[in-house]
Amino acid sequence: MSGSLGRAAAALLRWGRGAGGGLRGPGVRAASSGGSGSSEHLDALVKKDRVVVFLKGTPEQPQCGFSNAVVQILRLHGVRDYAAYNVLDDPQLRQGIKDYSNWPTIPQVYLNGEFVGGCDILLQMHQNGDLVEELKKLGIRSALLDEKKDQDSK
Amino acid sequence: MELSAEYLREKLQRDLEAEHMEVEDTTPNRCASSFRVLVVSAKFEGKPLLQRHRLVNSCLAEELLHIHAFEQKTLTPEQWTREQQK
Repeated sequence: MSGSLGRAAAALLRWGRGAGGGLRGPGVRAASSGGSGSSEHLDALVKKDRVVVFLKGTPEQPQCGFSNAVVQILRLHGVRDYAAYNVLDDPQLRQGIKDYSNWPTIPQVYLNGEFVGGCDILLQMHQNGDLVEELKKLGIRSALLDEKKDQDSK
Repeated sequence: MELSAEYLREKLQRDLEAEHMEVEDTTPNRCASSFRVLVVSAKFEGKPLLQRHRLVNSCLAEELLHIHAFEQKTLTPEQWTREQQK
């Protein structure tokens, strides 16, 4: 546990360094067809799995505090089976997914092929209970429900 | 364009008719590339979170191109009142 927290903290520290790197000029804009940034490709990608996230870094090693928060929230709910794509590996993907969802930032979360929001929105859905409900619609039982039951029965 | 918390505050206030705003420069060295904002506006009423955030994003579309990290909280006046009573 302390290991993963340590990693999270390290990810937070590393995060400042990339400042400005994500917003290069039009050179990285995705081509309109084909390639990892095309809307056809992305459409297929977000619909392939029930839970899809686009991160800076990987779930094991998030490279940004906000991406890390998304990973931790999913972990809290016991969601293990999700597709994660690292936008730092692919500039076309990085710009393409922003165009696809018309959302300016990474991370991005998709449930059942539908754009849900970024870190702030996922965090608020976690806090107000909506995330448990949304996961239920996908046939995923949040681990937080079981935890709560344990507490109730004690 | 000079990015600053003050600049963002004025723009959001004007476009979203915010009745309360908090803008914080969260860049470690205050170099104005990360911000956290709280916007309280009647324009958010009846809108889900995603749509509220989209309103803020489109208001600041130009600025967000130069901002590295952006956190936002969007509340209706009623939610804000409740929040303060906590």
